Formats: sequence, structure tokens, C-alpha cells
Amino acid sequence: MIVDAGTAAHTQAPGASAAVTAAQVAARTVRKYMRSPQLLVSSMVGGAVFLLLFRFIFGGAIHLGAVPYVDFLIPGMVATSVLITGTGAAVGVAEDGDQGLLDRLRSLPVPRIALLTGRALGDLAIVAWGTAVTVALGFAVGFRPHGSVAEALLAFGLCLVCGFAFLWMYVCLGLVSANAQAAQSTSMFIYPVIFVSSAYVPVGTLPGWMRPVAEYQPVTVVSNAVRSLALGDPALAGLAHTTGYWVVLSLVWSAGIAAVFVPLAVALYRRS
Amino acid sequence: MAEPIIEADGLVRRFGKVEALAGLDLTAHSGQVTAVLGPNGAGKTTFVRTVATLVRPEAGRLRVAGVDAARHPGRVRQIIGLAGQYAAVEPTMTGRENLRMVARLYGRSRRQAAGGAQEVLARLGLEDVADRRVATYSGGLRRRLDLGATLVGAPRLLLLDEPTTGLDPRSRNHLWDAIRDLVARGTDVLLTTQYLDEADQLAHQVAIIDHGRVIAHGRPAELKARAGRDMIEVRARHPADLPALVRALAPVGAGEPRVDAGTGRVAVPAAGGPRALTAAVRALGDLGLAVDDIALRRPTLDEVFLTLTGGPSRPGGGDRPEHAPEHAGRA
Repeated sequence: MIVDAGTAAHTQAPGASAAVTAAQVAARTVRKYMRSPQLLVSSMVGGAVFLLLFRFIFGGAIHLGAVPYVDFLIPGMVATSVLITGTGAAVGVAEDGDQGLLDRLRSLPVPRIALLTGRALGDLAIVAWGTAVTVALGFAVGFRPHGSVAEALLAFGLCLVCGFAFLWMYVCLGLVSANAQAAQSTSMFIYPVIFVSSAYVPVGTLPGWMRPVAEYQPVTVVSNAVRSLALGDPALAGLAHTTGYWVVLSLVWSAGIAAVFVPLAVALYRRS
Repeated sequence: MAEPIIEADGLVRRFGKVEALAGLDLTAHSGQVTAVLGPNGAGKTTFVRTVATLVRPEAGRLRVAGVDAARHPGRVRQIIGLAGQYAAVEPTMTGRENLRMVARLYGRSRRQAAGGAQEVLARLGLEDVADRRVATYSGGLRRRLDLGATLVGAPRLLLLDEPTTGLDPRSRNHLWDAIRDLVARGTDVLLTTQYLDEADQLAHQVAIIDHGRVIAHGRPAELKARAGRDMIEVRARHPADLPALVRALAPVGAGEPRVDAGTGRVAVPAAGGPRALTAAVRALGDLGLAVDDIALRRPTLDEVFLTLTGGPSRPGGGDRPEHAPEHAGRA
């Protein structure tokens, strides 16, 4: 029968495995970033301006005693660059939704969690790049780690682990945003969270009513962990607890954030 | 008789207060192109997204190639390919890279994906632009690539949501040819459109939907037959001849001639179709009346649409603010 000959080609598509799916989506995310000059430039220039502003404009007025301000500042800058670069994930996901790409991906025979994981992994690579740029810039403006190389590497790794958790929050934000502009403006919420923390100044110098929040919120915890590792001594960072305390607390926060936002992202993705 | 490729039974889906699907019943058979026709906000996109397992209906039953879509959405995704209203391709990647990525996601090996991408590029006439970034493509090329992205999975059922909206006539024809070619190779197609001529050109079956329900369905010819009869339309060369034309045409027609003095046209219903046209030409020739144009006009689907919905069919013409935007509920 002719019909059989015609339909013979239409077998059921097997669908990609979770690993292949995540790898394909991650590769596409990184490719898009690398091939979009405006993304590359805006993310790097934004971070650099911020860093230079604190280092040279405000920094002169900040005296901490124990260490030069630049050595206090750069670990905080590195920790927060993860959050700032990560906003790109929200914008990217919203854009994919707006342009119909999410629909295409969701209609394919692949595990949906793998689509999201691939997206987050691709954005993690971008975050790693942004963090490395911040570190390099930090060195250029006079930052020097006081701890061991191992501690510095641990600090970098910690940023990525925490960054991966935070990226799921941005993925959720992207999924609920109608378009890239909306995601961009909603992502701005991260700035007050960053400022009301120990990222750029010691929490003790903040107004009293801010301190209870500033003391324990994740940006402070991760900044303190990175700073303790970079300075090789939490006391130099003006911290009463040990480095291990801050590292473990950072991981606890990351686990908590992931525990909320990974299932939420999956639910949002399945929605409708 | 093989089982239907799509069997929708009383599908209901609301978005807030808007009932996008209000008990939609539709059966689409294998080996055919089924067109879903309707104005903006009629529920076309919601229906396609439901078949694509992107929207879960609140009530009703949906089977795709015999598979219950609510119970086994993963199995449905193995046999469908979706090309949405937007050209869902990555602009920073080349056409070839896009096709390879989707082929890989359909579960093809690296080599199969490369081969499949090449084959689809050739079939859709995209070889020349294959290694250019999609950002440099025209709208028509993008749509063709978007169609290609579904083809690398060799889906049994192709879902096309307004595939040619916004395209120029030439790009439209290109895409139509590509779709016809697919159908000839045995792919089943469900497409939505607000262009009646598109349904007329491509579809074997047409379902007209409005307010989330199918209000009429059948072959294009059947639907046209419901809307009215053939008309003979004559345009006079000299306006002064109009009364004489009316007198000449009245006996060959099956009803009162209608005169449009502004455009110098006379139209008369023709029961006998082509035979009535021959008679009309002879009558005009006998009287020596000069005409600029004479034609047998079949009712268009536009007229069908108007008859059935009592409203205009074109976007912009149909002011239906109470309806959801066409892509309501997109996640």
C-alpha cells in the first residue's frame, strides 16, 4: 500500500536522554551569550563600573583598619558578581518564552527537568566567566589575597555552587515574566538585597534597623565566606565566626534556595 | 479505517474568565490536512497547544494517534512536531546549527542529526543560507527554517500555528509548497489560519471555530456550498449599458440581478454554474454589449465565515475585545 510506504519514515522519535538534552541546551545558552556582543559588553562593563566606583570613588572614604578596603571589597564584589551576572538567566528565559523557543523545547520528547538544568548549567558557565573577570579586575585595582591558593580556589568554587542555586531563582523569575524587559526590571530587586549586606561594607556600619536582616541574609553569608577564605583569617574580615562556619552556612543557604526554586521552576515550566 | 490522528472530545480550557476552549469537538483523519479556521481569540492557538501537550484541558478527552494525551503526554511528544506562531529558532545560531540541535533533542545521534539537518535544508531550499546566522534571515526564511526544525524529527503529525501570518505572498507560496510536499510524503498536518484562502489551498478538512467551539466543519467545497450559490459577475464597459445588461442577464440567472452602479458591476446567482456562464456570454454577444470582465465567482470561505459567524473574519476587522489574546496562557 502506498500509504505504508509514505508513513514508514515516521517512526516515533526516541527523544534525547537527560544528559544530551542538558548539554544541548547549555551549549546553546553559552553560544548565544558569546555571539551577542551587547550581552558580553553590557554584563562586563556594568560590573566593572560598579567595582571601580566602590574602589576609587567611595573607597577613599572607607577605612576599616585591619585590611586595606580593596582587600575587603573585592571578595564581596566577586560574591555579588554571581548574582548580578545571574540576572542574565532571568532575561534569557523570559526571552525564550516570549519568542516561542520554550514552546518548541517543551513540545519535544525530552525530560523537562533536563531542559531547565541545561539552561541553568549554561548560565553557570557564563557566571563563572563573569566571576573570573571580576577577580582579574580586582587584581588589576590592587587586591591581593592573604590566604593560600587553595583557599582562593575554594572561594571561587563556593561562588559557583551558590551561584548555581541562585540561578534557579532567576530561572523562575524568567518563567513568570512576560518578556525580557519585564524580567530585566524585576531582576532589579536583587540590588537592595546586595546593598543591605556585608558585600561592600561591614554590617556593623549599617543603620541599626537593617542589621538583623543584613546579618544573616545569604548575600552576607556568602560574602563573609568568600572574604574569610580570601583573607585567610575571618578576624581580618571583622568576623567573629570561623571560616568553616561561613562556608557551611553558605552551603546551607544554597541548599535551601535550591530546595525552593528547583521544584518551583519545574512546576512553572509544566504549568498550563 | 485507521484510527483518527486527532480525536478531541468536549475540550474545555479557561484562562481566568475567558473560555478559550468551550467544549471543542474535532476529529482529524490521517492522510489529510486539517485546517482550523477562526478569528483572533477563537481558541485556535489554545487548541494547537493542547494537542502539543503544552496546555492541559480542564475537561474533555484528547487522543493523538490513539494515545491519551492527558495520560501519556510524553508519548504524544514523540510523534508530533510543533511550529508555533513565532519562528522559534535561535537567531544567534546558523540555520544548520539550529536544525542539528533540534535533531539531537529528538534523540538522533550526532551523525544522524548532521545528515538530517542537511536533508531538510536541501528539501526546503535553505542550503544557500544554511551557514548564515538566523539573525540575518528574512521573515520567510525564518519560517521555513522553523518548519524545518520540526521536520528533523520526522514527526507523524505536524502542528502548524498560523504558519504564514505576516509573510509576503511569495514566501507564503514557498511555505505552502513545502507543506504540500510533506503531506504527499505521508505527514498528517493540523494547521490554524485566519486566512481563508490558505485553508482553501491546503486543507482537505476545515473546522471553523469561534468562541472555543467548532461551529462548522467539512471539506472546503461543502462549506462553500452552505454559504451560497455561484454568481456570474459582469463589469460593464459603459455605465449606460447597465440597464441593458440587467435585462440580458435576468433570464440566465437563478435570481434577481444585483447592480452596483459605483463599480459598474452586475451580479446574478447562477444555478447551472459553467453552463449559466456560457448562456450569459451568448446573451451578451447577441445584444452586442461590451464588457470589461465576465466571470463565474464561487463563494469564498470569507462568505462562509460571514454567514456562519455573523461577523468579519479578518484581524483588525473583528473587534472582539472580550476575547483572550491568541497566545493567552503561554507559559
